[in-house]
Amino acid sequence: MEGATQTETKIRAESGIESGPRGPGCSLRHFACEQNLLSRPDGSASFLQGDTSVLAGVYGPAEVKVSKEIFNKATLEVTLRPKIGLPGVAEKSRERLIRNTCEAVVLGALHPRTSITVVLQVVSDAGSLLACCLNAACMALVDAGVPMRALFCGVTCALDSDGNLLLDPTAKQEKEARAVLTFALDSVERKLLMSTTKGLYSDAELQQCLAAAQAASQHVFRFYRESLQRRYSKS
Amino acid sequence: MKETPLSNCERRFLLRAIEEKKRLDGRQTYDYRNIKISFGTDYGCCIVELGKTRVLGQVSCELVSPKLNRATEGILFFNLELSQMAAPAFEPGRQSDLLVKLNRLLERCLRNSKCIDTESLCVVAGEKVWQIRVDLHLLNHDGNIIDAASIAAIVALCHFRRPDVSVQGDEVTLYTLEERDPVPLSIHHMPICVSFAFFQQGTYLLVDPNEREERVMDGLLVIAMNKHREICTIQSSCGIMLLKDQVLRCSKIAGVKVAEITELIQKALENDQKVRKEGGKFGFAESIANQRITAFRMEKAPIDTSDVEEKAEEIISEAEPPSEVVSKPVLWTPGTAQIGEGIENSWGDLEDSEKEDEDEGGSDEAIILDSIKMDTGEVSNIGSQDAPIVLSDSEEEEMIILEPDKNRKKIRTQTISATQVKAPSKKPVKKRKKKRAAN
Repeated sequence: MEGATQTETKIRAESGIESGPRGPGCSLRHFACEQNLLSRPDGSASFLQGDTSVLAGVYGPAEVKVSKEIFNKATLEVTLRPKIGLPGVAEKSRERLIRNTCEAVVLGALHPRTSITVVLQVVSDAGSLLACCLNAACMALVDAGVPMRALFCGVTCALDSDGNLLLDPTAKQEKEARAVLTFALDSVERKLLMSTTKGLYSDAELQQCLAAAQAASQHVFRFYRESLQRRYSKS
Repeated sequence: MKETPLSNCERRFLLRAIEEKKRLDGRQTYDYRNIKISFGTDYGCCIVELGKTRVLGQVSCELVSPKLNRATEGILFFNLELSQMAAPAFEPGRQSDLLVKLNRLLERCLRNSKCIDTESLCVVAGEKVWQIRVDLHLLNHDGNIIDAASIAAIVALCHFRRPDVSVQGDEVTLYTLEERDPVPLSIHHMPICVSFAFFQQGTYLLVDPNEREERVMDGLLVIAMNKHREICTIQSSCGIMLLKDQVLRCSKIAGVKVAEITELIQKALENDQKVRKEGGKFGFAESIANQRITAFRMEKAPIDTSDVEEKAEEIISEAEPPSEVVSKPVLWTPGTAQIGEGIENSWGDLEDSEKEDEDEGGSDEAIILDSIKMDTGEVSNIGSQDAPIVLSDSEEEEMIILEPDKNRKKIRTQTISATQVKAPSKKPVKKRKKKRAAN
């Protein structure tokens, strides 16, 4: 047991400039968010988790192409743009995951025959990119005033070779990890909206990660609440 | 989404304001909007804000083989993307005229002016050179994309550091950032584009037009210049005719503006370098204005995960035990494997109905078919399914004889059942029987 904690601290010490010393349990990197920073989109947000940064813009509910029109609900589109080069398969797959998550919470039926477009731009990737994309998308949707059933957040967990659980891993930790699991959770029931995993893990570990993600989601939602309170406070 | 059209009264209002030497954002004729440059944590990553226009620049490098006619020169590649985030009218994946024009202008401004020493990017002549790729993403479009993009490109190039390489004989060693300090690119000069918008057939001139002004302008002149007042590119578009004096006056203004911007860029670069050297905080997180009410930050938050294991155990104990799975795959022949018991193929549902069809028709031949089986040991797999085929013409019949394949038969029966052929006569069956036997 002692050996395990030793290696854990060693890995964390190695993990670079920005993460610094992490607590013995798990911690989230520092969060920052700025809303409404772009003038053209209806809603925009830039979300930072440590050095990972994603910018999101939302248009909608707006005019929709006839070919994409859905008669009883809004058409939700998500585009994710990488920083270098053209979007590839990885981006398409992430787009789909984010779109499915958004579709689960956005009340599209209130705006039939319209389009809601979420555009995400990766500004820097330093681990937990998908989680950061989800958080940025949520904050941008809130800024655009799109009606939603609940808020959502993304949390990434990593399991290292010793079976230790890491929350919000950096790029290096993700690379060394045995398994990386990303969950999207809703704010009302704290239930799972989306999960995507990579690597090997047992069912017990999956449940542990999920429970840890739920604990972490409380912090993220508190961050959402405080940032919105600050924005809409009168003082 | 389509762009919102500019109404006639808006257009008239803007033009009238310009005539009165007034601009909507309160600037003077020759004023630039505020320029803000912020750097990311990676080398070669920057965001340039020109008023509300925002461009993200990122430089990356790769070792490639050089072009055949330029064996000792590195390759520079520029790519400006108009993301849908910038304006709803920009469709993803479409090469609009504007995009092509902007990309071409950037290339002329930065590559053809030879501001980067491409020869220093050569590692092994004719074999390995660096390819420097500059990706520019427009994040918000509020006019004057080209100026913002050219500033972002040159700032990103100045900020970029490529990994160090060493050549010993035929061996090329690439050092990581930890092993050796990365090397900056050698930049001769910094060309910067300055845009001039003309109104009323060149009567009025504005520097750095914003989006609204761009929509009512008659002509645009872009001058790319460095701080030594050397013109790198000049382009006039929208088909306006300009007088000689006007062009000269513009080049003079451009000289002043470029000197100002270059100074600003150098200050920003020095600042970033100083912070990096001193080990202070840098990156976009630091550039978020904390005093804004739309911005919020939270320091590192510890999460209590002590009860995670108990929770997980609880959930697992409550859950139903997973169904038993045979984890060992059974290898029947090379290239195949079977997991589990295997269930009956449910895809055969369609065929079942067909079989019924055939049963109706073929029931009276059951005896004969039995005799067929007895006769021909080789063609034993011809079941009742095969019987109706008889009615088909001789050509098809032959096909079946040549290929006594199960799949083919099914297809055949399908087509026949579709034509609703029933109760074939006994005679042809016998004929075929003989044929097969002969085969």
